[in-house]
Amino acid sequence: MQRYSIFSLLRGAFSGHRDWEPAWRAPEPKSSYDVIIVGGGGHGLATAYYLARNHGIANVAVLERGWIGGGNTGRNTTIVRSNYLLPENQRFYEHSLKLWEGLSRDLNYNVMFSPRGVINVFHTDAQRDYWVRRHNGMRYAGIDAELLTRADLARLVPALNLSPDIRHPVVGGVMQPRGGVARHDAVAWGYARAADALGVDIIQDCEVTGIDIQGGRVTGLQTSRGPIGAGRVGLAVAGHSSRLAEMAGVRLPIETHLLTATVSEPVKPFIDAVVSIAATHAYVSQTDKGEVLIGGSLDGYNSWSQRGSPARLEDILASASEYFPRVSRLRQLRHWAGVMDMSMDGSPIIAKLPVEGLVMTGGWCYGGFKATPASGWCLAWTLANDAPHALNAPFSLERFRTGAVLDENGAGPVAWGH
Amino acid sequence: MLLIPCPFCGARDETEFAYGGEAGIERPADPEAATDEAWTDYLCFHDNPKGPHRELWFHRDGCRRWLEVERDTYTHELGAVRLSRP
Repeated sequence: MQRYSIFSLLRGAFSGHRDWEPAWRAPEPKSSYDVIIVGGGGHGLATAYYLARNHGIANVAVLERGWIGGGNTGRNTTIVRSNYLLPENQRFYEHSLKLWEGLSRDLNYNVMFSPRGVINVFHTDAQRDYWVRRHNGMRYAGIDAELLTRADLARLVPALNLSPDIRHPVVGGVMQPRGGVARHDAVAWGYARAADALGVDIIQDCEVTGIDIQGGRVTGLQTSRGPIGAGRVGLAVAGHSSRLAEMAGVRLPIETHLLTATVSEPVKPFIDAVVSIAATHAYVSQTDKGEVLIGGSLDGYNSWSQRGSPARLEDILASASEYFPRVSRLRQLRHWAGVMDMSMDGSPIIAKLPVEGLVMTGGWCYGGFKATPASGWCLAWTLANDAPHALNAPFSLERFRTGAVLDENGAGPVAWGH
Repeated sequence: MLLIPCPFCGARDETEFAYGGEAGIERPADPEAATDEAWTDYLCFHDNPKGPHRELWFHRDGCRRWLEVERDTYTHELGAVRLSRP
């Protein structure tokens, strides 16, 4: 791997930037691999990287139907945080945040992780109680968390509408200062480059059409580029987990739903934190390009269409305009809807499946992007050791049967209620 | 935007409705006798097809009846609509 540094940049400058190596190879698939990862998004590429780096398993292929990072890795709102209440979630997402903090150095690739602070504003006493309890829980677990007054909010987010005359006035907020955003494409590219350098084959334009199982054990995959043998297979295809699991005859407690996001035209910086509005569930940040990036809630019914409802888009924009009035004058460049694996308790599944040698990471609901490093780290561990790590053991498939669910919001088994 | 043809109110925007999930799921008749597996299947393991789906919609801002709707989850094409429990 050609390492990136100030010196390689200078060398490149003197040769007119014409001699850079490709960041990863484009190999033909071999006839078999020790491990195949299905899905070349952040999670799949991270899994391959940690398999090679942490466990010395480098005879690995990542199969991607389209191009790497072109699925949900490219459709999220890039928010990174670990502000959870349940201890299992706290441990997992805090591990992820710590991996984020060293990721650019680790991968020798700038993922543009920007810990600019994640703020949740609330509007009623009941909401304050909820958010204070959640953030007290974080502090108890050693995670950074702060309570913000309206004066704090006016100082930290001057563009926020703190008027008492709006429908749901802001009465305060909470903040995780170490949370922030990262550059989504760079995460996929950085993991791909680092995994490739350790010997992992990244195979794009290769759709999995079947999973070969013999005697209850996975033996390989049928793909659009022919059959490929595999000792173990990891699924990292959130959004389509049900479809891949179905190929192996496994049913999952997951429904697929649409989540809409939108970005405006780029403007000068005026929001330098991630601000999530409790009243209307919209979350607003400004990208490094200057676009105002706004995410919202689910459309609320099963769909694989990747086309969000205009009704939901209107909700999101109305909400953003109410709390950031300047947004009302911005033209929206584009909006899109990703397909979410919505699990029945709102928490992910990183676990062995009831087919020997087959494991998955999925069920990410709204929260897959921030989990990328830890999801790959845990899935790699599970593949290498044929058993879950303590960090992902709670995210089992059995928990739905035993009742040990991780329902952060107490919403019950309603996929679109989380 | 879905335009759901309610048999009582005519075609109405999806925003008038509340979604009720997969249709035809029966709660275990005798809760005490149902196994853990039966409960788990009833509560958590539902069909998630990319294609035709039978599902429940409640016409919250209209006739307030539960409807059973056939809808393709990929194309959003709507098929037959009938009362959930006539």
